[in-house]
Amino acid sequence: MSEKLLEIKNVSKIFRIGGMLRGKKLVAVDDVSLDIDSGKPVILSIVGESGCGKSTMYKMILRLYKPDKGDITLCGKSYSDKKGYDPLRFRLDVQPIFQNPYETFSARKRVDSYLFNTALRLGIAKSRSEAERLIDETLCSVGMSLATVKGKYPAQFSGGELQRISIARALITRPKLIIADEPVAAIDASMKMNIVNLFKEIKDKYNVSFIYITHDLSTAYYVSDYIATLYRGCLIEYGPAKEIMDEPAHPYTELLMNAIPRVGDKWNKELVMPDTEEKEYAISYCKFAPRCPYATDECRQKRPEMTFLSESRKVLCFHPLIKAQALAKEGK
Amino acid sequence: MLKIEHLSTSYKTIDGNIRVINDLNFEIYDNEIFGIAGESGCGKTTLLKALYDIVEFPLQIDSGRVILSGEKNGTPFSYESGKIRNTWWNNITYVPQAAQSVLNPIMRLKHQFLDSIPKEDRKNETEEQTLKRVARYLEELSLSPDLLEAFPFQLSGGMRQRVIIALATFMSPNVVLADEPTTALDVVVQRGILMMLMRLQSQLKNTVVLVSHDMGVHYQVTHRMGIMYSGSLVELGKTDDIFNEPLHPYTRMLINALPRVGDKSQKVGIPGRPPALTNPPPGCRFAPRCPNATETCRQAVPVFQEVRPGRFVACHKLNREVV
Repeated sequence: MSEKLLEIKNVSKIFRIGGMLRGKKLVAVDDVSLDIDSGKPVILSIVGESGCGKSTMYKMILRLYKPDKGDITLCGKSYSDKKGYDPLRFRLDVQPIFQNPYETFSARKRVDSYLFNTALRLGIAKSRSEAERLIDETLCSVGMSLATVKGKYPAQFSGGELQRISIARALITRPKLIIADEPVAAIDASMKMNIVNLFKEIKDKYNVSFIYITHDLSTAYYVSDYIATLYRGCLIEYGPAKEIMDEPAHPYTELLMNAIPRVGDKWNKELVMPDTEEKEYAISYCKFAPRCPYATDECRQKRPEMTFLSESRKVLCFHPLIKAQALAKEGK
Repeated sequence: MLKIEHLSTSYKTIDGNIRVINDLNFEIYDNEIFGIAGESGCGKTTLLKALYDIVEFPLQIDSGRVILSGEKNGTPFSYESGKIRNTWWNNITYVPQAAQSVLNPIMRLKHQFLDSIPKEDRKNETEEQTLKRVARYLEELSLSPDLLEAFPFQLSGGMRQRVIIALATFMSPNVVLADEPTTALDVVVQRGILMMLMRLQSQLKNTVVLVSHDMGVHYQVTHRMGIMYSGSLVELGKTDDIFNEPLHPYTRMLINALPRVGDKSQKVGIPGRPPALTNPPPGCRFAPRCPNATETCRQAVPVFQEVRPGRFVACHKLNREVV
C-alpha cells in the first residue's frame, strides 16, 4: 500500500443523548473513510450544512474524541496504538486553525506569547533569539512581521490579521497537516479571499496538506483539490473538486451548490428545508431520501452502498445524477 | 418610505466624539428590498440603529433626521427621529444581528408572541384567538404551529431565525429592518430564510432593509442597494446595474473579490484595511486603498451625486467625467 499521510478507515462516532439507560443513540459520524496521500500536498475540503458531523470529524482527527468504530492512521501510525503515541510528535505534525479568531486568542494575553510558547515549548527553537528569528520568518510568509505583532493584544488587530497570526502559529512547527475549521466564516468578505489565497501559497511553500472544513462551497471550490461532502454523518460524495462542482453526482451536493448566493444566476426554485436533526440521524434508509427530489421506493427502504464512479470519485446514492455517470463511463 | 436627511451620528468616547455616519442623504422607497453592504466597522449597524430610532448613549445624532412615512389601512402617517419608537412593531420592526439569541430561552414561544403584539391590535380577542391567528400565520410561512408550544432552546439556529422573522412580520409592518439575518447560518438554511423574506416582501409589498456583507446575498435578494465605506455611502443604485457596471472602485473590488463556482482564476481580496474612524484621512476615505487615487482624491472629499438617473456615486474620477 502506498504511503498515506492520513487515513481514516470506517470511522464512526456515536453520542448518547439523554440518560445512560433511556437515552437515544445519535450516530454523528457514520462509517466514513477518507485518505490523504503523503506525496504531493493537497487541500481537502469537508463540506456540509451545520449538524452534518464536520466538527466531530475535526475533533477526531485532532485526537480530541476517540472514534467508537474504525481507526485513524497518521503517517502509518494508528491512533488506537496507545504505546506508540508520542504527543509531542503529534503536535508537531498536526496543527489546528480555529473558526473565530477573537476566541482563539485570550483577550488578556499578548498575541506574540502564543507564538513564543509554540516555538519554545514544543522544542523547535532552543533559545529566545532563535525563536524570534523563526517567528519573524513565519509571520513574513503570511504578510506580517514580528515588529508589528510584538507586545500587542488581540483587540488591536482586525479579524483577518488575527487569522493570519493564527495560521503563522500553526506553521511554526512545520506541520505535515493543518486542520482549519471554518477559518473564514467570521471574516469580512473583502478579507476572505486574502486568507484563502494564503492557504494555496502555504501549501506549496511549506509542503503542508490542509483539511479545510466549511459550508461555503464557493471558497471550497476555489481553494481545494478534493472535496468530501458529509450529510448527517455519512460521507455521500468524494472526488476532485472540479469534477464534483461541474457535475455533482449526489442530489445533495447539487442542492448545496444551488444554495450558494452567487452572482450571475438568480434563485428561482424553492428548496426543501432540513427537518429536525435527530429524526434524520435515526433514519435507517437513505438519510437524504426525505428531502431528495429524485427519491424512489428503493431509497426509502434500504441504505445505498458506496459506488465508485471512477477511480477517484465515489458517491453514496442509488441513482447518481445521470450526467456524472455518463461522464464516468466515458472515462473508463 | 424612509427618508434619511443629512444624517450624521457619532459615538461619545473619552477621546472625544467619533463620527460614525457622515452626512447620509438618501431615500428608501415603498415596496422594495434595499440592501446595505460594506465591511465590518463601516457603520451599517449604526445606520440601522438610527433608522430604528434606538439612539442611546453613547450613540447620538449630531444633525439631520430620519422620516418614516406611509399609509396603513388608508390612514397616512409620518414619524420622524425621536418619535419612530412610538410605532415599533406596528409600522417598523427590527431583526437584530445574532437574532438567534434574542428569544428568551425559558419562555414558550407563544408567550413571546403574545408579549410582542400590541394591545390595540388584539382589541377584544382572547389569548386563544390571537394565538390561532399566529398559528395560521406560521402555517402560511410553512412553519409548524406546534412551534408555539416549544422553548427556543429546542429549535435549531435556522428555525429560531425563521420564528424571529415571523414575529417581526406578523403585524405586517411597513418597514422591516434586518441586520445580517443569515450570518451565523449555513448556505442551505440561509437560502431558505432569504427566500422566505423575499416571498413575504412580495406579499406585503412593504420595505425590507437588508444589511449584509455578502455581495452574493445582495445580488440574489435586493432590488436597490447602497455600498457604505467608513461611514458614508460611496455608491447607490439598482442592484442589477451595480453588478453589471460598478462605478466606484471600492464596489468594483468588492465584486471582483467574490469567489465563483466554475471559475478557478486567481482572486484577490482588497489590500489594506479601512481607516480608523478616530483619525480619518482628509479627502476621499478610500484613497489610501484605491489603485487610481490622485492628489485631488487625497485632499478633497468627493461629493455623493447622481451620475446617472437613480445612480449615485461619490468619486472624483467619475464626477469629473460627468461635469
